[in-house]
Amino acid sequence: MSTTPIGAGDLSATGPLVGVLALQGAFAAHQQRLASLGVDAAAVRTPIDLERVDALILPGGESTTMSMLLATSGLFDPLKGRLADGMPVFGTCAGMILCATEVFDARADQRGFDLIDITVRRNGYGRQLDSFETDLDVAGLDEDFHAVFIRAPLVERVGAGVEILACHEDVPVLVRDGRVTVASFHPELTDDTRLHEMFITSL
Amino acid sequence: MSAHTTGTFPVKRGLAEMMKGGVIMDVVTADQAKIAEDAGAVAVMALERVPADIRRDGGVARMSDPVMIEDIQGAVSIPVMAKARIGHFVEAQILQALGVDFVDESEVLTPADETHHIDKFAFDVPFVCGATNLGEALRRISEGAAMIRSKGEAGTGNVVEAVRHLRSIVGDMKRITQADPAELFEWAKRLQAPLPLVQEIATTGELPVPLFCAGGLATPADAALAMQLGAQAVFVGSGIFKSDDPAPRAKAIVEATTHFRDADILAKVSRGLGAPMTGIGMDELDVHYADRGW
Repeated sequence: MSTTPIGAGDLSATGPLVGVLALQGAFAAHQQRLASLGVDAAAVRTPIDLERVDALILPGGESTTMSMLLATSGLFDPLKGRLADGMPVFGTCAGMILCATEVFDARADQRGFDLIDITVRRNGYGRQLDSFETDLDVAGLDEDFHAVFIRAPLVERVGAGVEILACHEDVPVLVRDGRVTVASFHPELTDDTRLHEMFITSL
Repeated sequence: MSAHTTGTFPVKRGLAEMMKGGVIMDVVTADQAKIAEDAGAVAVMALERVPADIRRDGGVARMSDPVMIEDIQGAVSIPVMAKARIGHFVEAQILQALGVDFVDESEVLTPADETHHIDKFAFDVPFVCGATNLGEALRRISEGAAMIRSKGEAGTGNVVEAVRHLRSIVGDMKRITQADPAELFEWAKRLQAPLPLVQEIATTGELPVPLFCAGGLATPADAALAMQLGAQAVFVGSGIFKSDDPAPRAKAIVEATTHFRDADILAKVSRGLGAPMTGIGMDELDVHYADRGW
């Protein structure tokens, strides 16, 4: 039995350390889903936190808020560098917006990571009254995945080479390009851990 | 449940989850709403007067004019909340028709019903309600609230009541996790709250919906204090736009709410913000808004 405290950065014993961007939003829910898979995920709020992690989840929340906090925390540039170097990332909702190459209805000063060639429209499904839940047929999963969409981004274009893993009413809602997976819904809001498991086992 | 269902409880609660770690700011004009969004607010509360002015003016405080709410909806891309009077379900119906993202059934407005709160399950729009203690929080949740905010004392710039209410709610939740199953019946009776919700807290240690803090927060340190005491996000009402220089204060409170355990960052963002709102002591108050609601 090692005497190293859990989460103290001894990656050799525990495999890749997964981080969750914890500036704002549903980061704790992602950590809970990962914990139920036995994965102790680190909250990332500063560049020092970022240095420790090998993969990152970008949670849902307000993308305008996260964008501002990425700048003030000094995380934006080092994170952009790590992502450009191929760090695996799973972005949900606001996280999808941060990863997209093109965003409509964003604030003019909102910056992203240009990681996956898709066009998304912020709040493209409408206001909260248009938020919804539905069952999705996801490639690679035997049974449907129950998905919660909250003021979700609408995927309006998917570039060549981007894999579509799930659609809702013919609109892609879960897409992947290599190490970048993004969802317009919130797998962290249900007890179903299969998408988190898919991300973890890909590391 | 397979096709495409709106207005469900998970969908309502989901928006509250997305606001965690954030700051919801009271705004009275589209310009203020833009300042709030620029500063990183996760949502704005659209109202005609901030609580400090409602307190000063006296009289009956009601739902805001729809024109003013629509102006603010048109000015920002973040969620827009608005207040209905306690028990005034028609004001809530109007707010839902306007497409607001969250309704605050708020003690800051003059109550319309001294016995009944709104049946919030009857709506597709999510509701937030105030609470001074755990029993009140659980009664609001049993009526369908998707978010609870500790009440504090709005419009005072004084954090003392917010601290009292948060400590009461969080403290009782901690005690319930230590109780044995037989004691939970007594807890439910004492709190005047549904037993299943008390049993859920005993298992999870948390409220069934997100717990935010409101009422009297005026500084970045106040926001971080609320977060360290167990709030999952904060509302700042009069504290921003009644201060000398709202924009930098708003941004500093957003940063403090994210980095609430990092005293170096809190020290950095607290510098040079100008004068906060003056604030008032609890013994100077004629009306305690927190006493409204049952």
